[in-house]
Amino acid sequence: MSANPIRDADARARGAIFKRLRAAPAGEPVAVPDVAGYYAARAVPQDESRTARFIRHAQSWRAEVVETTPADWPQALAGVFADKRPARLLLGRGTAIAETVAGLLPAEQLRWYDEPLAGIKKELFDEVDAGITTTVGAVAETGSLLLHPTPAEPRTLSLIPPLHIAVLHERQIFETLHEAMSTQRWTDAMPTNVLMITGPSKTADIQRVLVYGAHGPKELVILLIRDGGGA
Amino acid sequence: MSAEAVTVRPEDFKLRSHEALHDAHLRSSFRGAMDFLIERRALQFPDLQAFERLRKMGEQVRQHALNHLPDLLETLEANLTARGVQVHWAETPEDANRIFLDIAQRHEASLMVKGKSMVSEEIELNHTMAAQDIECLETDMGEYILQLDGDRPSHIIMPAIHKTKQDVAEIFHEHINGAPLTDDVNELIGIGRQALREKFGAAKIGVSGVNFMVAETGTLVLVENEGNGRLCTTVPDVHIAITGIEKVVEKLEHVLPLYALLPKSATGQAVTTYLNIISGPRRDGEKDGPQEMHLVLLDNGRTQAYRETRYRATLQCIRCGACMNHCPVYTRVGGLSYGTTYPGPIGSIISPHLVGLESTRDLPTASSLCGACGEVCPVKIPIPDMLMKLREAGRHSVTESMTPPSQALVGQGTVRRLGEVLAWKGWRLLYSNAALYRLFAWLAPRLRWLTPPVQAGWTQSRAPLKPAPQSLRAMLAQRRRDGGG
Ligand code: SF4
Repeated sequence: MSANPIRDADARARGAIFKRLRAAPAGEPVAVPDVAGYYAARAVPQDESRTARFIRHAQSWRAEVVETTPADWPQALAGVFADKRPARLLLGRGTAIAETVAGLLPAEQLRWYDEPLAGIKKELFDEVDAGITTTVGAVAETGSLLLHPTPAEPRTLSLIPPLHIAVLHERQIFETLHEAMSTQRWTDAMPTNVLMITGPSKTADIQRVLVYGAHGPKELVILLIRDGGGA
Repeated sequence: MSAEAVTVRPEDFKLRSHEALHDAHLRSSFRGAMDFLIERRALQFPDLQAFERLRKMGEQVRQHALNHLPDLLETLEANLTARGVQVHWAETPEDANRIFLDIAQRHEASLMVKGKSMVSEEIELNHTMAAQDIECLETDMGEYILQLDGDRPSHIIMPAIHKTKQDVAEIFHEHINGAPLTDDVNELIGIGRQALREKFGAAKIGVSGVNFMVAETGTLVLVENEGNGRLCTTVPDVHIAITGIEKVVEKLEHVLPLYALLPKSATGQAVTTYLNIISGPRRDGEKDGPQEMHLVLLDNGRTQAYRETRYRATLQCIRCGACMNHCPVYTRVGGLSYGTTYPGPIGSIISPHLVGLESTRDLPTASSLCGACGEVCPVKIPIPDMLMKLREAGRHSVTESMTPPSQALVGQGTVRRLGEVLAWKGWRLLYSNAALYRLFAWLAPRLRWLTPPVQAGWTQSRAPLKPAPQSLRAMLAQRRRDGGG
C-alpha cells in the first residue's frame, strides 16, 4: 500500500493506457526509417562553399557574422565590444576563450558565471546586457549554431542577456544537423541540454510583424574563426 | 487577472461559424493571415519531388513510432526515469490537473509560467489552477495577449491572429501597470517582454509542451522562436512538461525529418530560432536548469483513436496547422467557431476521439472535401478519408455499423435520424421489388398535384420538386408506339 494517492492514480492510469494500447490490432508494417540514407541521398549545392552557405543563412536570420583568423580573433572580438559596448558581460570560467576575453575588458565589466542561477538571477535579468559562449558546431544549410551548455557555460548564458556573442570555429561547421549529431555521436552520452540556435529570438504574434528580441537575445553576433591563416 | 475565457461549445459550431462569416473584420484579417502563411509555406517547398521524399520520411517515422507505441513508451519512461525525470500518466484531463496541483502544492507555488502547449489547453490547466488560487501565466506573446484579454486562441500556431495591434495596445494599456498606449509593434513586444521577465524570475514552476519525445535517449524536444519555452524549462526550480502519449519517436535522428517539416509547414520558416533538446533536470555541478523535472503523458481519447487502425493515422499529427491554413472552411469561419482545442481539419478528426462524436457531430461536415488538407499534411494523414469515416460513424449506430461494438466511438450513431433511416429503408424496398416499383411509377405522375409548393430550404431559390408528368418508362413506350428510333 502506497501512501501517495497521486502515485496510485498514476499507476492506475498507466495500467489502463498500456492495456488499451497492447490490445489494439497491429498496424500495417512499415520499413524502419532510414534517416541516414535520406540525408546521404540529398544533393548538397556545389556552387558555394559550406562556410559561405553558413554565413549567408545565418545573416538571413539576422545574425551578425564577424569573420576572423586564429591569430586575429582577440582584436576582432575587441572590435565587437567597441561596437556593441556591453556594460556588463557574462562569461564562463575555464573555457578555451575565457582568459582572452577577460583580457579585453576591464574587470568591473565582467561578470563570471560562478554561482548557481538562484544567486545570480536578479543581476542576470536586470543588469547583465551581454553573454559570450563557445559553440560545439554549426549547421550550414540553416545558418544555425550548436551549443551544449556545461557547468562553465550554463543554459541561461545564451538566453537571458539581450546580446549573445558566440565563438565558432570554421572546421566545426557541418552541412546538416544530421551530420553534426552523427559525427559528434551525441547519443553516446546525451548532454542534459543541447541547443540549436538560429538568429536572435523573435516573434510575429502581433499582426504578423516580425520583431526581434521576444524573450531571448535581441542580437546575435557570431565570431567566426576561419581555418588556417587566411580568410 | 486572466478573466475566464468565454466558453464555446463544439455543439454550437453552426451558430458560431454563421456569426463569424458575418464578421467582416475577422474574415479579412484571417484571410490575409492565411494567404500569408500559404504563400510562405509554398516558398519553402519549391521542389515538389523533394517535398514528397521528405514527407514520406516524416510519415514513415510517425507510422513506425505508432506501430511500436507501447514499447516505445516503456523505453521512454525507463530512460527518462534513469535521467531523473519523474514520469506521470493521465487518462483524463482531471488526472492531469490533479498531478499538476499535487506538484504545485508540494512546492507551495502560487505562480507557474507556461510556454505554448496545446495539451495544457486541452486539459484547461489555467482555468483549473486558477480555481485553486494558482496563477498559470501564458508567456508566448500571442497567448499572453489572449490571456490578459480573457480570449481564446483562434489558430494553433498564431494564436492571436485575430487581434490587431490597436487591440493589443488597449489590452496592454489596461492590464499592464504603467504600460503606455502605443500601437508600435516593437514597443508593444518590449512591454510584454519586460512584464514577463519579472514573472520568469519569480515563478517556482515552469510548464511546457513537447514537440517530440525520443525513446532511445529519454529526451524531450521543444521547438520555438521566442525563447519563452527555454526560459520556462530552465529558470524555475521545477519544470513540468505535458504532452500526448503519441508524440514519441524511436531515435534521436527520427526527429530530424519531422523538424525539417514542422516550421516549414507551419509558418514557412526553414527552422525556428530554437531547437531545445532536453534530457533531464540539472545535474550535479550544473548551475541552472530545473532541479526537479516531470513529464505528464496524457491519453484523453488517444488510445481510442489508436485501437482502430482506420483512425490511427490521426495520431501521426505533428500539429503544424498547415491543414487549417489551407482549409476553405477554416479560413472563412476562423478557429474560434469550432469550440474545440484543435480547430480546422485536424480538429475535426481528432476531437471526436477526445470529446466524443455527440458534441462534435457537425465538425466532420465542416469540410468541402476539396482535399487540400491531405495534400499539404507533412506526415501524409489522409484527412479527407478520415472525415468520411467519421461522417459514416456519425450516421450509423453501433448495432448497424461494421465497427465491432468494442471499437465504437463515443457517440457513434449520433447523427442518425429515424425519419432518414425509414426513408432509406423504403427506398431500398421500392427499388428492389419490380412489382412495387411499377405501382410506384404508375402512381407518382398521377399524384403529382399533391406535392407541396414549399419544400423546406429547397424552394428558397429553386422550383419545387415534383414527379415528372410522365415516367421515363411510359415515355419510351410512347416513343416506340409512335415509331421513333
Ligand atoms: S493533420 Fe497534418 S497538416 Fe494538420 S496539423 Fe497535423 S500534421 Fe499538420
